[in-house]
Amino acid sequence: MSAPRRRAPLARMGRALVALAPMAWLGVFFLIPFAVVLRVSLAEPAIARPPFTDIWEWADGVLTIILNFGNYLFLIEDPLYYTAYLNSIWMAASATLICLVIAYPMALAIARAAPRRRPMLLMLVVLPFWTSFLLRMYALIGLMAPTGFVNTVLGALGLEPIVMLQTDFAVYAGIVTGYMPLMVLPLYATLEKLDDSLLEAAHDLGAGPTRAFLTVTLPLSAPGIAAGCLLVFIPAVGEYVIPALLGGPDQLMIGKVLWTEFFNNRDWPVASAVAIAMLAFLALPIMFIRNALGVKE
Amino acid sequence: MKSHLARISPFILALAAAGAQAEEEKVLNVYNWSDYIAEDTIAKFEAATGIKVTYDVFDSNEVLEAKMMAGNSGYDVVVPTGDFLQRQIAAGVYMKLDKSKLPNLRHMDPEIMAKAAAHDPGNEHSVVYMWGTTGIGYNVGKVAERLGDDAPTDSWALVFDPENAARLADCGITLLDAPTEMIPAAMNYLGLDPQSKKKEDIEAGAELLMKIRPYVRYFHSSQYITDLANGDVCLSVGWSGDVFQARDRADEAGNGVEIAYVIPKEGALMWFDNLAIPADAPHPDNAHKFINFIMDPQITADITNYVWYANANKDSLAYVDPEILADPGIFPPEEVKARLWTAVAYDARTDRIVNRAWTRVKTGN
Repeated sequence: MSAPRRRAPLARMGRALVALAPMAWLGVFFLIPFAVVLRVSLAEPAIARPPFTDIWEWADGVLTIILNFGNYLFLIEDPLYYTAYLNSIWMAASATLICLVIAYPMALAIARAAPRRRPMLLMLVVLPFWTSFLLRMYALIGLMAPTGFVNTVLGALGLEPIVMLQTDFAVYAGIVTGYMPLMVLPLYATLEKLDDSLLEAAHDLGAGPTRAFLTVTLPLSAPGIAAGCLLVFIPAVGEYVIPALLGGPDQLMIGKVLWTEFFNNRDWPVASAVAIAMLAFLALPIMFIRNALGVKE
Repeated sequence: MKSHLARISPFILALAAAGAQAEEEKVLNVYNWSDYIAEDTIAKFEAATGIKVTYDVFDSNEVLEAKMMAGNSGYDVVVPTGDFLQRQIAAGVYMKLDKSKLPNLRHMDPEIMAKAAAHDPGNEHSVVYMWGTTGIGYNVGKVAERLGDDAPTDSWALVFDPENAARLADCGITLLDAPTEMIPAAMNYLGLDPQSKKKEDIEAGAELLMKIRPYVRYFHSSQYITDLANGDVCLSVGWSGDVFQARDRADEAGNGVEIAYVIPKEGALMWFDNLAIPADAPHPDNAHKFINFIMDPQITADITNYVWYANANKDSLAYVDPEILADPGIFPPEEVKARLWTAVAYDARTDRIVNRAWTRVKTGN
């Protein structure tokens, strides 16, 4: 038996192990929790610990499974939920668009800057991430409060104070500033790899700067746009902290509804159904974004 | 760090138990409301017993309940409010107290303990920590300025009458974000039984709140303390001790803001916060020691003097500041006490009606 022959199965095993690691990760941290939430969503609330019923029962050799789809029906019957879903998607999508419009020129400018200055510029983009997310939101409260920084300055200039907190504006400001780096970084990654010779060719063929941008830079950066939009949109839809701190009673978002179901109503099954429905609801717009931007592996 | 300690402590305990049926390790994990204990209480307990206390705080019953219902919280002593306690006892969250380890129970006021027994029959699982009322805190100067000297400051009409609410809107009205306290208060004002579980009664209460909603600046259960003190809002439906804290802060700041607290003549909610031990507490012996220590008349009096909430410890009253003792907002006289009601624990269905109605009030649709 020669050595090389014995190595082949080992190499196969190595490859299998490498593939197994992310699978195991997904299984432990996504599939199992998902199954648990799915199970709770099919139970009924109970005054017990934990506060829901078992969905299966084993007695006298008979396995009884009771699935309660009432929680999902409840979501359909009460307009609160789809209002909150639609409002969350609307707010997250608008905030994502605002993020994109601000981040794209930033990413482009960094990608076109002299290579030695790029690390510094990227550092400036990431710098806010070194502060706790919660602290940044409280800083926004300090800026926008009725007696906060902005209104103090306005007052000193003899202008009327503006109501900013507890409005849509405050929630957008929170999402856009909070998630901006997640948009800039993937955009930069694709723009930086862009082949300059393509732009030169466009110019040689008579395209102006606008046309060259629209026909060359923009389409080639589509993967970056898609990645950035998804990174901002997905967490923004389920956002709880920002609408809770900066928004008021009128900024109805699904994260707050989920909180109410879980904590105020202590209705874990309905809270789980809301979460599962959100996942299903979100898969559609995400697939739409991916298809629209033609993302391919 | 704290939660880390709390999580590993059961294992340490298990190891210790495996070695010998020795005494519990000298550790205790307490979970109490924020700003709800005297500054030196924990230090005194540690000095007296040698038990190291990890002290965490929460600011809503809902958060405490979620932890208790999930189980394995690692806490040894927690402080739920009566109606929440009642439901959690039904769910099997708490252990029965070993009263032989609580000799200081003799200091407790039997009358208040009997009222609290509505939530915990026989007071088997809990001891009243502090109690208070949910009434109205208001800015004396600003309310008089807008409603005149004959403003109904002794009545819920001050906020529940839309005409009054409209005139106070510009200086700021706030309501507690607590459906089980706000909706019964509105029901009571309408002449309905605040303890009613009837759907139409609950919806009538919510309907009244909908009428004053346009004049409400926000729904929040702690922000109003600062805002009342600064003069940023002029009327808050709030918890007695919190309004007194606002009054104190305004006095200290010397900003000319005068805050008053009133238990309206129509009546108000009387609530009890209770010390209880989770059934899976890792250090039940230490927890009993802590509860017994709190019931020491001097220690309870120190807490009342610091947090401005009434206690249920009759022998502590000798050590309570005369000013606090004489304040009808803290220790209401008998005729006021007669008009106070206590919360009822709702079943799941009523719960949903109340919370759904509350969501409508808050979101306006």
